Amino acid sequence: MDDSTILETRDLRRQFGGLVAVDGVSMKVQAHTLHTIIGPNGAGKTTFFNLLSGNIRPSSGRVLFKGQDITDQPAHRRAHLGIGRSFQITNVFPNLTVLENVRLAAQAVGHDSFKFWQHHRHFQQYEARAAAIVAQVGLAAQAGLPARLLPHGGKRKLELGILLAADPDLLLLDEPTAGMAREEIPMLMEVIQSVRAAGDKTIILVEHKMDLVMNVSDRISVMHQGRLLAEGAPLEIAANKTVQAAYLGDLYGDLTGRK
Amino acid sequence: MESTASLPTKSVARQRLGEWWPYLLVLAFLVLFPAIAALTIGDSTAAQPGAGFFEQLVQRAESGYAKFWQGMVIQMLILGIFAMSYDLLLGYTGILSFGHAMFFGTGGYAIAILIGRNFNWPFGLALIAVVVIALVQSLVFGVLSLRVKGVYLAMVTLAFAEMFFILAEAGDFRAYTGADDGLHGFPVPAYLSATDHRTRFYYLALIFFVAVFLMTKRLVDSPTGRVMIASRDNENRAMMIGFNTFWFKLIAFVAAGVFAALAGALFALYNVSVTPSVLSVGRTIDALAMTIIGGVGTLVGPVLGAAIIQLLGYWLERWFGANWTLVYGIIFMLIVIFLPYGIVGTLRARSFRLREGWRRWRKLGDRD
Repeated sequence: MDDSTILETRDLRRQFGGLVAVDGVSMKVQAHTLHTIIGPNGAGKTTFFNLLSGNIRPSSGRVLFKGQDITDQPAHRRAHLGIGRSFQITNVFPNLTVLENVRLAAQAVGHDSFKFWQHHRHFQQYEARAAAIVAQVGLAAQAGLPARLLPHGGKRKLELGILLAADPDLLLLDEPTAGMAREEIPMLMEVIQSVRAAGDKTIILVEHKMDLVMNVSDRISVMHQGRLLAEGAPLEIAANKTVQAAYLGDLYGDLTGRK
Repeated sequence: MESTASLPTKSVARQRLGEWWPYLLVLAFLVLFPAIAALTIGDSTAAQPGAGFFEQLVQRAESGYAKFWQGMVIQMLILGIFAMSYDLLLGYTGILSFGHAMFFGTGGYAIAILIGRNFNWPFGLALIAVVVIALVQSLVFGVLSLRVKGVYLAMVTLAFAEMFFILAEAGDFRAYTGADDGLHGFPVPAYLSATDHRTRFYYLALIFFVAVFLMTKRLVDSPTGRVMIASRDNENRAMMIGFNTFWFKLIAFVAAGVFAALAGALFALYNVSVTPSVLSVGRTIDALAMTIIGGVGTLVGPVLGAAIIQLLGYWLERWFGANWTLVYGIIFMLIVIFLPYGIVGTLRARSFRLREGWRRWRKLGDRD
């Protein structure tokens, strides 16, 4: 494994009974890039993601993070190693303010959570970090609002903010735009773009809508029926005959969200 | 430019004062209350003519209505401590315990037994023992009951509390607990007798009350408390961002247990008696009612609730005799319907809506 590879999978397989959801995927993700995984429903993207985050264990194969074999590490251990993961389902603290949601995530990475004799405002660093992240995800104006009052798109941004507050080296974003109104999507993609532009984090993005990822991705992997069908730069993927024939051809509508 | 530069430091102090002045006002009133009571409703004939002003003040405070109302406030403060400790569980950590009386009652029994004829411990040592016992008790039952959540936790804590209730009533330990008669007339140190030195006991209760209030407030404002609140709001999420919520819930459970035990010990000392009723479910329900009336998760709300319930109990019993609980029940219902977040909670949310209350009220009849 060369130095620029942050994550590698080797012949990763996961079987559910007779169904092989992920079928021998070997993939290398370069550090500080945005690597997108696309594919239709049932292609095995989310299962593959769960294998990366440690939410499920592979039937066979290895997962390497920063050159270290993490195949047998549980999810929370991987979180401590620097892998942060967002979910398709929005899951925030509804009655806490937007700022507090993010502040808690920042506090979770520190070592002050059991200092019950001190006021939380004493720990300025978490508050400052939270404020910066809230601004980064474009929620500065709503910082004092209870999270439940945010529109769906706002909650997705907050979800990303909570993830960023933990300061992971590798972000696994599982369809961050799921369920968002079309006009809200560019804003979230801009945030993801800005994280990528900052250059210190690696992002793996699972996305359904191909048109969204063409501009922001450094590399794209196409999954189909549990296998890696193709991998390359966005333009290569768009020009790839196999992808076009076997995949974009009949599933084009599904990929772009257009029917 | 200069004025904006110096503004932050000024505004922090002002902000602090802005946050604290209502508390300071109430504290000032509570500190002065015995004197106010002595001067307004105290028995002027109790004051020795020729004695100094301060002596006369004390004499008047220790007699008649002044003494009676200090007793009322003492009980409000004690129940206030108990209700605050319950709010720490229910309001801040989201733990619905039906066994909180376990700690209140054990605190009461512990002090009574330890200073009583069986042990004859000095008062200070007995009070420390109450804290230690409550610590151990809440740790053990916290670890056992926090394994489950929601309604199951309510049932488990109820079972544990009933266990202690049955133990207290059991004839087997009559020599220690007095069985169903309870313990009466145990030797409370003379200098703390609420009968002879009402005002002194008043200040003792006030000191405990203020100390528990400050400790609880600091706890809920601390990083630890923030995680408690987070776990109340969405425990799953709190765990996903890396908090082992069990420990935070246990801290809340232990703190609440110790504070409730202190309340129970003061209660026993004030009444110079404990009966098994201090361990009964009714005692927990009282705390629940005070918390709900005042406002769940507001800290001051439950104290207000304790005061209201104490006053209502006194007045309603005078006006309606034995049927007072019926009127109390109706008032409680009206509060829940019109002030769903309790008095303080509704005030803070500024969500008082008479019309919504009426709608809820009318809906009550709609159920078939």
